Amino acid sequence: MRAGAEDAFRDELAARGVTRRDFMGFCSGVAALLALPKSAVGQIADALATKPKPVLVWLEFQDCCGNSESFLRASKPTAGDVILDLLSVDYHETIMAAAGHQAEAALEQAVSANKGKYIVVVEGSIPTGADGAYCTIGGKSALQIARAVCHDALAVISAGTCAAFGGLPAASPNPTGALSVGEAVPGIRTLINLPACPVNAENLTAVIAYFVTFGKWPATDRLNRPLFAYGKTIHDNCERRAHFDAGQYVERFGDPGHRIGYCLYKMGCKGPVTSQNCPNIRWNEGTNWPIGCGHPCIGCAEPQFWDRMTPFYAHLTGVPGFGSAADIDKIGLYATAGVAAAMTTHGLVQLGRKAYDRRKAAAAAPPPAPKSTEAAAPPPAPASTEPPAGGAS
Amino acid sequence: MTHIVVDPVTRIEGHLRIEAEVDGGVVRDAWSSSTMFRGIEIILQGRDPRDAWAFTQRICGVCTTVHAIASIRAVEDAIGATPPPNARVLRNLIMAAQCVQDHVIHFYHLHALDWVDVVSALSADPAATATLAQSLSDWPESSPTYFAGIKARLKAFVDRGQLGPFGNAYWGHPAYRLPPEANLMAVAHYLAALEWQREFIKLHAVLGGKNPHLQSFLVGGMATPVDPSSPAALNVHTITALQKLIAGARDFVSKVYIPDLLAVASFYKDWAGIGAGVGNYLVYGEYPLTEGANAPRYLPGGVIRGRDLSKVEAFAPDKITEQVTHSWYDYSGGDAAALHPAMGETRPHYTGPKPPYERLDTAGKYSWLKSPRYDGAPMEVGPLARMLVAYASGHAQVKALVDGALAKLGVGPEALFSTLGRVAARGLETQLLVDKLGDWVDELASNMDKGDLRIHDSDRWDPASWPKDSAGAGFHEAPRGALGHWVHVKGGTIAGYQCVVPSTWNAGPRDGKQQPGPYEAALLGTPVADPEQPLEVLRTVHSFDPCMACGVHVVDPKGRELARVQVR
Repeated sequence: MRAGAEDAFRDELAARGVTRRDFMGFCSGVAALLALPKSAVGQIADALATKPKPVLVWLEFQDCCGNSESFLRASKPTAGDVILDLLSVDYHETIMAAAGHQAEAALEQAVSANKGKYIVVVEGSIPTGADGAYCTIGGKSALQIARAVCHDALAVISAGTCAAFGGLPAASPNPTGALSVGEAVPGIRTLINLPACPVNAENLTAVIAYFVTFGKWPATDRLNRPLFAYGKTIHDNCERRAHFDAGQYVERFGDPGHRIGYCLYKMGCKGPVTSQNCPNIRWNEGTNWPIGCGHPCIGCAEPQFWDRMTPFYAHLTGVPGFGSAADIDKIGLYATAGVAAAMTTHGLVQLGRKAYDRRKAAAAAPPPAPKSTEAAAPPPAPASTEPPAGGAS
Repeated sequence: MTHIVVDPVTRIEGHLRIEAEVDGGVVRDAWSSSTMFRGIEIILQGRDPRDAWAFTQRICGVCTTVHAIASIRAVEDAIGATPPPNARVLRNLIMAAQCVQDHVIHFYHLHALDWVDVVSALSADPAATATLAQSLSDWPESSPTYFAGIKARLKAFVDRGQLGPFGNAYWGHPAYRLPPEANLMAVAHYLAALEWQREFIKLHAVLGGKNPHLQSFLVGGMATPVDPSSPAALNVHTITALQKLIAGARDFVSKVYIPDLLAVASFYKDWAGIGAGVGNYLVYGEYPLTEGANAPRYLPGGVIRGRDLSKVEAFAPDKITEQVTHSWYDYSGGDAAALHPAMGETRPHYTGPKPPYERLDTAGKYSWLKSPRYDGAPMEVGPLARMLVAYASGHAQVKALVDGALAKLGVGPEALFSTLGRVAARGLETQLLVDKLGDWVDELASNMDKGDLRIHDSDRWDPASWPKDSAGAGFHEAPRGALGHWVHVKGGTIAGYQCVVPSTWNAGPRDGKQQPGPYEAALLGTPVADPEQPLEVLRTVHSFDPCMACGVHVVDPKGRELARVQVR
């Protein structure tokens, strides 16, 4: 039985011009990304070749579709491989042929026929304001759909920072009461967060392949992020790290140091406080990454980065190995002075920190018991009850 | 009279709902509603305007460059920054590549399944398919073996009984008209385009670090260093790599996309008489060829009214207003007002039914989109508007492309005012831009050669160098049409922000005079063979390439009363 299924899978790959060697190459790539031993390569290959295709449901709420687009850029495996061969993508509004009632029926069918067995990917945050009217699909609120679909899932992936941590809609003053999936649907047992704006497709497909192989998630940290992708900071593995250590910094965009790849720390780089494997896997099949094209990291994989990491062009203070902020201001010719003035005058950093502290306090409170009505959703940090600092200057 | 609801409208960006009255097999009335709201402009209040591009960029991850471009232009206008020539050229490359990639994805992955019956492809003869494909172009993949392989893959997929994204669709619907071989060819190219877009968009990764959400934009220029001899900058090697990516794209567009487009169109010529809509077209213009606010643009701006191609009016930004008669917002001076975006005011106030709901109150407010108007009139924006304005302005390359396509299909220019015209214009624009991209790479190389390595205006980077209180506007032609951002910078931070977006122009609801928006107008008269399977409605709506996350925006200078509605 199993051998037969494996043969059929190989025949199918062969029909598409994918050789056994290509396929094993893909499996090795996944194993390497996940930092698994060599022995796991065969296990991944067996699992992908012999297990029935798991059903995947992809939900989009307060999103920009950037995570879906990122998924379309995946190379190992490609989106085409995932859609046609690895998984049965039964619901994904951006690509599915059916619309309206037929689309709603497809979702209901996928969920009811595969209870406890399907995987969910969520993209976008979930609004709780205005009785859920800030995001409705087929007349139902995002919260109603998320609760109905996520509770019976085998596993839920929050793809991108909005689903994982609330992201942009939840940025201060969070006008729509946007929540992350974990906040909006408490009690999901198998939830994994893949933040970044958007999620890096290679991390998403590797996690899916891991789950299909081993039936569980790879090891995660306290924020439910897989360690293989979020275990180190950008700064730890940055190709410009030697320039940081040598005190060689870009002072202005386009200056000689910028042209030869000096460290972007003084231009506001958030690499030292951002956990993500960008420097290793880069983007678009390893073509490049933001620091590689001369722009500082904006910390897009971190919780509340829109509040905590802004202003984006203000440098961090107190990064080990550099010295005090006072030193950098002396070395910095102009950028830091201007930005520091903007920070103190308009209080944006303080605003971000306050919002973050409130969220932390809210997160520390016991989660509300899940109820069937959306009124049970925990209210977002009420950042908007205060005027945004600096807004009235 | 049958009332139909299509929600979710799939194969678009974002959340769109269409309600329509169908009688005698024809749409008699239609309402377009956007059902998602985030409030990004509220979030921008009080922040550093140099950061705004990254926030607005996240309005949309499909047209992932457009709100960044409009934002940096608006802030530059407000603070008086002047990007150097290399920045203009890099932006042109990024914008045009976005358009090319977006249009190809729209045709194959978002729109094709309205015209192509995937299941019918299973009965195609691979040899005959190869003959058909070879008669259209010399694309090297078009062999019987290739099409046999695609058919086998499709058959294995269907036989397994898990249809995934192709499940529960309208296969076998009488409105599908392609022969099986054309369907198989289109399915093959659906898959080929999926691979192609992934490769081509590496151009964005080279110039912007990553895609989606490129990260090389800067107020005053671009962050991508230019230096022919540095491995950390755009150099001789990257110039070669860019030219190679562009050559591959030209091949794909001219040998696959355009031949497919014309072949499919030839079976659906009746759609050249359906879906015209409001008949007014607005273009801001794009791809500046020199520096300065009044630089000539490769695609000219202008306004066409009442389908009259004999006259192109100059675009006047002060004629833009937005109304909220049928939108879930209040105006302080009463909902009958029409406000210019620079004076824009919006307070979200949801008055629709509580979810879950069956019907919207289409006599009252029914959308999160506002109703933008130009000189009081609804306007269609997008590739069709751009091609029409360029055509009517005598743009040589556009005239040649449009006349060539019309001749091949044996139709006159009036066929452009239609659902099919919209689909065709998108393809022709793709060809125009993919042919132009290489010129900008050459210009970049030539600047490098002359020793001009400037990428950024550092003189206006420090907020201390800015005016104390100033306003600016940034205009852009996004893939889906005319996009404008308006910003008010006060004391170094954002005091007001407003976007008027292509999908708001096209998908917006009725205005105070009950004039329907372009989607609503275009749907009138659309045939519907089976109200349970409104495939034809999707054809016309998809021909606009809806991008709903872009469409919903709001600015509220006070920004606080929103808190009261957020949890009930």
